[in-house]
Amino acid sequence: MEEPLEMPPGEESKPCSLSEELATDPSLQVEISDAVSERDKVKFTVQTKSSLPHFTRPALSVVRQHEDFVWLHDTFSENDEYAGIIIPPAPPRPDFEASREKLQRLGEGNSTLTREEFAKMKQELEGEYLAIFKKTVAMHEVFLQRLAAHPVLRRDHNFYVFLEYDQDLSVRGKNRKELLGGFFRNIVKSADEALITGVSGLKEVDEFFEHERTFLLEYHARVRDTCLKADRVMRSHKSLAEDYIPISVALGSLGTQEVRQLQTSFLKLAELFERLRKLEGRVASDEDLKLSDLLKYYMRDSQAAKDLLYRRLRALADYENANKALDRARMRNKEVKPAEAHQQLCCQRFEQLSASAKQELTDFKSRRISAFRKNLIELAELELKHAKASSLLLRNTLIVLKGDA
Amino acid sequence: MAAEREPPPLGEARQPELEELEDGEDLFTSTVSTLESSPSSPEPASLPTEDISTNSNGPKTAEIILDDDREDLFAEATEEVSLDSPEREPILSPDPTPAITPVTPTTLVTPRMESKSITAPVIFDRSREEIEEEANGDVFDIEINVSDPEKVGDGMNAYMAYRVTTKTSLSMFHKNEFSVKRRFSDFLGLHSKLATKYLHVGYIVPPAPEKSIVGMTKVKVGKEDSSSTEFVEKRRAALERYLQRTVKHPTLLQDPDLRQFLESSELPRAVNTQALSGAGILRMVNKAADAVNKMTIKMNESDAWFEEKQQQFENLDQQLRKLHASVEALVCHRKELSANTAAFAKSAAMLGNSEDHTALSRALSQLAEVEEKIDQLHQEQAFADFYVFSELLGDYIRLIAAVKGVLDHRMKCWQKWQDAQVTLQKKREAEAKLQLANKPDKLQQAKDEIKEEIEEWETKVQQGERDFEQISKTIRKEVGRFEKERVKDFKTVIIKYLESLVQTQQQLIKYWEAFLPEAKAIA
Repeated sequence: MEEPLEMPPGEESKPCSLSEELATDPSLQVEISDAVSERDKVKFTVQTKSSLPHFTRPALSVVRQHEDFVWLHDTFSENDEYAGIIIPPAPPRPDFEASREKLQRLGEGNSTLTREEFAKMKQELEGEYLAIFKKTVAMHEVFLQRLAAHPVLRRDHNFYVFLEYDQDLSVRGKNRKELLGGFFRNIVKSADEALITGVSGLKEVDEFFEHERTFLLEYHARVRDTCLKADRVMRSHKSLAEDYIPISVALGSLGTQEVRQLQTSFLKLAELFERLRKLEGRVASDEDLKLSDLLKYYMRDSQAAKDLLYRRLRALADYENANKALDRARMRNKEVKPAEAHQQLCCQRFEQLSASAKQELTDFKSRRISAFRKNLIELAELELKHAKASSLLLRNTLIVLKGDA
Repeated sequence: MAAEREPPPLGEARQPELEELEDGEDLFTSTVSTLESSPSSPEPASLPTEDISTNSNGPKTAEIILDDDREDLFAEATEEVSLDSPEREPILSPDPTPAITPVTPTTLVTPRMESKSITAPVIFDRSREEIEEEANGDVFDIEINVSDPEKVGDGMNAYMAYRVTTKTSLSMFHKNEFSVKRRFSDFLGLHSKLATKYLHVGYIVPPAPEKSIVGMTKVKVGKEDSSSTEFVEKRRAALERYLQRTVKHPTLLQDPDLRQFLESSELPRAVNTQALSGAGILRMVNKAADAVNKMTIKMNESDAWFEEKQQQFENLDQQLRKLHASVEALVCHRKELSANTAAFAKSAAMLGNSEDHTALSRALSQLAEVEEKIDQLHQEQAFADFYVFSELLGDYIRLIAAVKGVLDHRMKCWQKWQDAQVTLQKKREAEAKLQLANKPDKLQQAKDEIKEEIEEWETKVQQGERDFEQISKTIRKEVGRFEKERVKDFKTVIIKYLESLVQTQQQLIKYWEAFLPEAKAIA
């Protein structure tokens, strides 16, 4: 897509219900005020308003790309200081592939479509492209806003750099290396986790964490599955909406050519299907925003929570190992002091991590509950709105058609 | 040569009449006519030897058909049918009755079909105003239902038997309410008989539902899955619509074959309808010949009405086909939506189970229930999409083919008339030549012969013109009736379909309204 697509104002694009009340904190406000889509990449304009002393100016504006966000996320997740925090999941890569392909196929001169059908399909697909665009902007924004709202993370140096440094961050190179590294790291991590939890010595003494672990493992799997299924439903709705296009067009041409007695019926029906298409399309996009996106986000967030648990387990393992090392040192009566010191360190680290994790997981739960509540209510309200509109439309059409008989 | 023109006496098994060809000009018409001769059709015997076409196996167009002679004419015809002609030998040996296994619908699809009022779409308005120039005082009141598909027999010889129930106050039937068991080939047989009798004189005979080797094989083989149940239901509904349309036709309703079909407990098996039977192959050759014919007949259409109608039906055919294809896609996608919604519902239920916050867990379970109900809604809507909308379009695409067929018959009729005129002209020229010839002995005989022939052909020309006028008149009336029916049909179906859509939306409103407080209750 060559044309820059600007983010239009005012539409329900943000899954802002996914994060806490972010806009109220005047000390640091971050938003993506603008976005431009160019061929392969999307350029986000990040604007910051802050009263914090770390920034050189109260209002900042920089341009960032997706890779910069990923880099920022990775710096957080690799920072040991933040081991006890659920790192807000990085936004997904902007993916216009499918949409672009569809538009391309449409443009390739599919001669079976009439002019009218072509125009409508194009409209439909462009709308789809726009929706994807708005969503990706929202995802990136939410990521930043969560960081800005977190009492610890907002003070990170890299975060400031991200928000203020007006040059290109040139993270692409780093990212590629880290991407590979990250890949291996994940393998090691899962192996590690399995190993750790398998070791009999590593007993989870804390009921809270034991519960959280079992819960999160299952929840994450379920959320991922439900997310997939929700996506399919949404796509079916889209197909349905697209089906209405040729039907409406065929009815229209029947209407113009038919005998007088049937003209009104067919023309009215053509109009009806055109409007039903739009309604069906809205149902699809609302389900996408309120259900699919919600589930996707919590799939990622629950993964981040799982990562936290893993880090804590590692810390626990380190602590256990330090204990063992201390015991060994005491037995041999060699290098007891350093062993003691190390053990103390591990203990402290583990306890800090646990305390922090507890808080984070509790926050995660309340965040999740309020997000689901908000979205489910909005989903139901929107579904009702569309059903009522459809019903009214259909009933009005019926009145006209029955009267015409 | 006159002898060859006599129709075979009543009661004999028919041989296809191979007319001796005249001067070669008749070649085309005769060949075609011969091929059209379906051996199973009755020849009205009370007719004079002058034949317009030896193969006019229906009411002679020369006579006004719809009047009092009717009963006699058709009575004879019925007799013909029940006689044992070679084609009628039953293929099945008279064995003990095979086991009848009633089709018990076990899937979701069929039971819901029974409960939904749109299963047997009451599309057809039983309005009293349908009476045309009926001499009898009967009110046009007849209702047909096709129900209870039952599998009879096993393996590849198995077939589905359907119950055909008639409720009527018409006096031509022996009872007011009666039912019989019929199989698919019986319906095809009925259509074949009606088509042979009435199509070529301009009546729009409703086409029978299509055969489906794949669908039937599945049923025969005993696959009791949802696709074969759906297939049976689709066929049952199609057969019902077929009969309902047929009885709505005032002329066809009078036909004794139709009456026999509806009333008789036993019906001779219509084996000619099998795809690979002799008659079946004849039919295929027929169609090919027809196609060739159409290409060569260039009619000077003097009547703008017919030209207009030809064009109109051509357009309508195209439009309906397009619409039908789109609606079929809609049905398919709605079924997909239903399946995906069901899968989502299950997944949401499991998510609800794993959620540890009680209120949220309950809300998610409620969401799962709502989605499950919505899935049912989608299924029902897809059902309506198909049976109300899509099948109607399919029916009309086939009906319009019948209309086009009837218009083609008129063209053939015209051609026949023209050919007769040409032949007559040739005979006249031959006569003129003879007048000038100089061979006294053979001359008188030849002159007499030629005079006879000229008379003969003059009659043929007149008959041809009368036939052509008659068929044109019939078609005009038929098309008028057809269009009236079509308008009514479409309007009714559209309204019915919209009502199904409204129903779905109303249900959706109910479900979401019930869910909303649950979502709000999450604390």
